[in-house]
Amino acid sequence: MEDANKLKEFEARIERGEKIEPKDWMPERYRTQLIRMISQHAHSEIVGMLPEGNWITRAPSLRRKMSLLAKVQDEAGHGLYLYCAAETLGVDRSELVGEFLSGKAKYSNIFNYPTLTWADIGAIGWLVDGAAIVNQTMLAKCSYGPYSRANLRICKEETFHKVQGYEIVCTMAQGRPAQRKMIQDAVNRWWWPSLMMFGPHDKNSPNSAELMKWKVKLFSNDDLRQRFVNLTVRQARAAGVTLPDPDLKYNPETDNWEFGEINWDEFWSVVRGNGPCNRDRMRARRRAHVEGAWVREAADAYAAKQRAKAAKSA
Amino acid sequence: MRNAETKSELSSRSQQDLFDYLLRLGDDRLVLGHRLSQWCGHGPILEEDLALTNISLDLIGQAKFLLELAGEVEGKNRSADDLAYLREAIDFRCLKLVEQPIGDYAYTIARQFLFDVYDYYQMEQLCDSKFEKLSAIAAKAVKEARYHLRHSRQWVLRLGDGTQESHRRIQTAFDEVWMYTGEMFEADDLEDRLLEEGLAADLRTIRTSWAALVHQTLVEATLTAPSDEQYMQSGSRKGFHSEYLGHVLSELQILPRSYPGAKW
Ligand SMILES: [Fe+2]
Ligand SMILES: [Fe+2]
Repeated sequence: MEDANKLKEFEARIERGEKIEPKDWMPERYRTQLIRMISQHAHSEIVGMLPEGNWITRAPSLRRKMSLLAKVQDEAGHGLYLYCAAETLGVDRSELVGEFLSGKAKYSNIFNYPTLTWADIGAIGWLVDGAAIVNQTMLAKCSYGPYSRANLRICKEETFHKVQGYEIVCTMAQGRPAQRKMIQDAVNRWWWPSLMMFGPHDKNSPNSAELMKWKVKLFSNDDLRQRFVNLTVRQARAAGVTLPDPDLKYNPETDNWEFGEINWDEFWSVVRGNGPCNRDRMRARRRAHVEGAWVREAADAYAAKQRAKAAKSA
Repeated sequence: MRNAETKSELSSRSQQDLFDYLLRLGDDRLVLGHRLSQWCGHGPILEEDLALTNISLDLIGQAKFLLELAGEVEGKNRSADDLAYLREAIDFRCLKLVEQPIGDYAYTIARQFLFDVYDYYQMEQLCDSKFEKLSAIAAKAVKEARYHLRHSRQWVLRLGDGTQESHRRIQTAFDEVWMYTGEMFEADDLEDRLLEEGLAADLRTIRTSWAALVHQTLVEATLTAPSDEQYMQSGSRKGFHSEYLGHVLSELQILPRSYPGAKW
């Protein structure tokens, strides 16, 4: 009975557009859904360092190298704020990382695709960070205070990432034939996976309705995807690259760019672990964790010795 | 000599000397920045991924300024990118210390600490260089170096006085890397001439400060400083490198070498 009243009050607060804060009462389902979403988001930021990190040592100029380093560093920072946001819900980071390393927790499919040429760095910044911005701009308005604030901060940085990526795309698209070929090839490979970043169709997205009712999400997967396509078609034209979809056409009545059907078999297959780089990404993260164990133990042991010394002298 | 603002105020001898000296400074930072960036996404703790990437970014930023200035001093229209991407290994002037592969985390930290101490004292002195463009770069770099040093010194203490395993690993790392420290202080006529003109840092005083801080830190970390009475590598400043440098450059330089003159 008390819970029913609390739930009513909770939903009324959300209805009024108030933010829910860590100490506030919340339904268990809201908490667990948020933990799932925020930790997946955090794991994605961390795995996302790998495909782009792959090109840091080969960046074609010092300026590009520095902006790529800064970008990948930002992604680590995003992972960190998101783990902190998840911790406000009463879980700890090591537990979440453990679920990720065991393969139980998911991360964004997009990072299971390989970066084959430098052009991929442009395509990722433009399309992948671009899609992330559409999603995270919505999440910055979500009902859970800490997650909303983390996304607000993240979006500011993602905007730089997208600008840098788009600049690489435009430069290469106006470059030599070999560069034009590379950038078009990268766009061809990253376009469809970017559309998949918004998740399954609304009708196949079991959590969506509940998340929208509680304003964890404010728009559906399909609405966000459409918004992204509308933005990106114009940018592709300005840059001089082609999006690999023969069905792409403008509908003046809806003011939308309609697009072809996504290959959902591929999407689900990658979710289940069968993408081009799933195993490489997990292997890299597990190796870093295992090989870093002695370092973390040393840091803990040293901190304990320092605390003991301080206690003795106090 | 009064403060030198432009290359026209430098004699052609000093100009040649300064060019070489700026390559020494720039190449150390470029190659070490490259090595550190290899940790990106693979660090032992997320916070360390951030810290190492940040330090790599600082070092590459410093390298960019130093190489830009080297190109300006040389007066042959070579940009920082031309110098970074289009020179052969024998024309690089970095230390073998920075060329070595990253190894385990202990090796990365030991090498980084030894370099950070050197970097800090070097940049501190260069703040007073009479070559104003260099002293301006040093003024910014010394602040970054202070932060890098605090970071690596803290990790030497943690690993040295952490667990038995970490102690063993970091001690081994110092023992292995030590033979690359001799050439950090190999002063030659070129540096002596620049020093006389008030343009370069004094490696002899840097050596004294470096040895004091390194020894003090190793003692505090319960580690043993390796002996200087051992075989020491030499010759990097004259272009005699380790085999690793060629591999670093083949990766670093691949795109500009494959597409000469292309814009990215
Ligand atoms: Fe991010
Ligand atoms: Fe990003």
